[in-house]
Amino acid sequence: MKVTEKDVAYVADLANLELTGEERTGMVRDLNSILDYIERLNELDTSNVEPMAQVSDRSGVDESRQGSERFAYASREDVIEGLRKSLSQEVALANAPDADGTFFRVPKVIER
Amino acid sequence: MQLAQLTIDVARSAVQERKTTALALAEAHYACIQKEDGQIGAYLTLCKERVLEQADRIDRMAAEGKPLPPMGGVPVGIKDVMSTRGVRTTAGSKILGSYIPPYDSTAVARIEAAGAVVLGKTNCDEFAMGSSNENSAFRPVRNPRDLSRVPGGSSGGSAAAVAADMAVVALGSDTGGSIRQPASFCGVVGLMPTYGRVSRYGLIAFASSLDHIGPLAKTVKDAAIVLRTIAGRDPMDSTSADVPVPDYVTELDKPVRGLRLGVAKEYFGEGLDAEVRHAVESAIDKLKSLGCEIVPVSLPHTPYAIPAYYLIATAEASSNLARYDGVRYSYRAAGVKTLSEMYRRSRDEGFGAEVKRRIMLGTYALSAGYYDAYYLKAQKVRTLLTGDFEEAFRKVDAIVTPTSPTAAFRLGEKSNDPLAMYLADIYTVTADLAGIPGISIPCGQTKEKLPIGLQILGKHFDEATILRVANAYEQTA
Repeated sequence: MKVTEKDVAYVADLANLELTGEERTGMVRDLNSILDYIERLNELDTSNVEPMAQVSDRSGVDESRQGSERFAYASREDVIEGLRKSLSQEVALANAPDADGTFFRVPKVIER
Repeated sequence: MQLAQLTIDVARSAVQERKTTALALAEAHYACIQKEDGQIGAYLTLCKERVLEQADRIDRMAAEGKPLPPMGGVPVGIKDVMSTRGVRTTAGSKILGSYIPPYDSTAVARIEAAGAVVLGKTNCDEFAMGSSNENSAFRPVRNPRDLSRVPGGSSGGSAAAVAADMAVVALGSDTGGSIRQPASFCGVVGLMPTYGRVSRYGLIAFASSLDHIGPLAKTVKDAAIVLRTIAGRDPMDSTSADVPVPDYVTELDKPVRGLRLGVAKEYFGEGLDAEVRHAVESAIDKLKSLGCEIVPVSLPHTPYAIPAYYLIATAEASSNLARYDGVRYSYRAAGVKTLSEMYRRSRDEGFGAEVKRRIMLGTYALSAGYYDAYYLKAQKVRTLLTGDFEEAFRKVDAIVTPTSPTAAFRLGEKSNDPLAMYLADIYTVTADLAGIPGISIPCGQTKEKLPIGLQILGKHFDEATILRVANAYEQTA
């Protein structure tokens, strides 16, 4: 058992989840089962392997350029209304569960 | 007009030549949805107003004798992870149950600019996380070929809509196999383009380094037309590649004779169903008879793809899904007293079981003390897996494999065993990790009449070759 009830509580806290008692028990079981399977990655010696966060720098780029220069095509001017107009306040608030027409409204932030 | 025979060219020509109208085509599809979708569940939202507006635009063009754009009047479905302005977009989740985006995703904007008529938003696993469509917060999708079976996932609604003639083509998204596996299960064509080929702007993010948008279609040619329409650099997505887009449709007719096709034993091992193996081997023989050279290749790190994938995808998801906080949009739990209680309860009530499981796994893999052992390790294995393909593609032009180890399984069969469900993606996650394109095309069926899929994987930005091979095979079928 790698993951304990305590670990699940800690991780749920990091992820801003509460989870019911039943969900926590299920989570301990599922995470252990998945992590047991994932354990097989340790069969591979990766001490001399570079990590790969994404594929974009391996293909479709100008190989003669280095580093961020390779992605020069993706940069743009830093202007207020560049590629599209900003959303109006009305549109930006339209999906809010609670808004007063000017601001998003949330419960009390300071807990005492 | 028979809906079942409608391809993009047939539909567009019929509208162009005034044999029918874009509106009549859309209405015929809505009639089919009305009749069939109660039991299938492919659509979550229909957008009739948007249909009327677009069909009217196309029908006016046809009436004035103007040439229609390449998808003029063609009814399409859009997976509900792509934002559509003014049309509810849920990602199959309760947390976005009433979300109405203020803008269109680039893929939707481009397909509409090409004349397509968006019928509605198709059902999917919640946040595209699943291989069976049973994780939709609204309802599962059933496989039109056999209603006791799943359509695959996560683009199950898009695959089922195309298979059941409720759309001519549909857009899906693929993070670990979510276009190709449902295409295989439903007996349609599903294409995942190279990472960066199609803009992700407006796609609700699951795992940003793995998410791809692509078409589900009845024919390879239709998939090529859709890809030509949606591909290409988009300044709104900095990861969209600055690589010229060839005319995939004219490329289809180039001969396949002399192409070298790799076959990797790692894709034909334990767990592969005997009937699927037989169908795929027969398809490979057929490709050989068309003049392709079959070359054994080795992709030795394949067995490590699923574990690497489920660390990387969940880590990225845990970060991407942190935005659902119940403040700016998304569900907020009722009666909460403090901010932290609001976050927790909204997320607890808004997310389904699989999404929470993946957020937990991803958060764990990124947490202090575990980052190196899990996340970093998986990224290194991703390098090895990608290297396997780079090595193999020095010798071959494409690689042929089964799309899925089995045909469609039954609803409920794997839903209580997350690991068994993850293994349904065993032949598809590799291409997502390496960022290479892959297509699934029908290659026969099992004794129970369930479709089987053949997967063809290609080099980065070489969709043209896999479409060409797929088209040549389709012509023989």
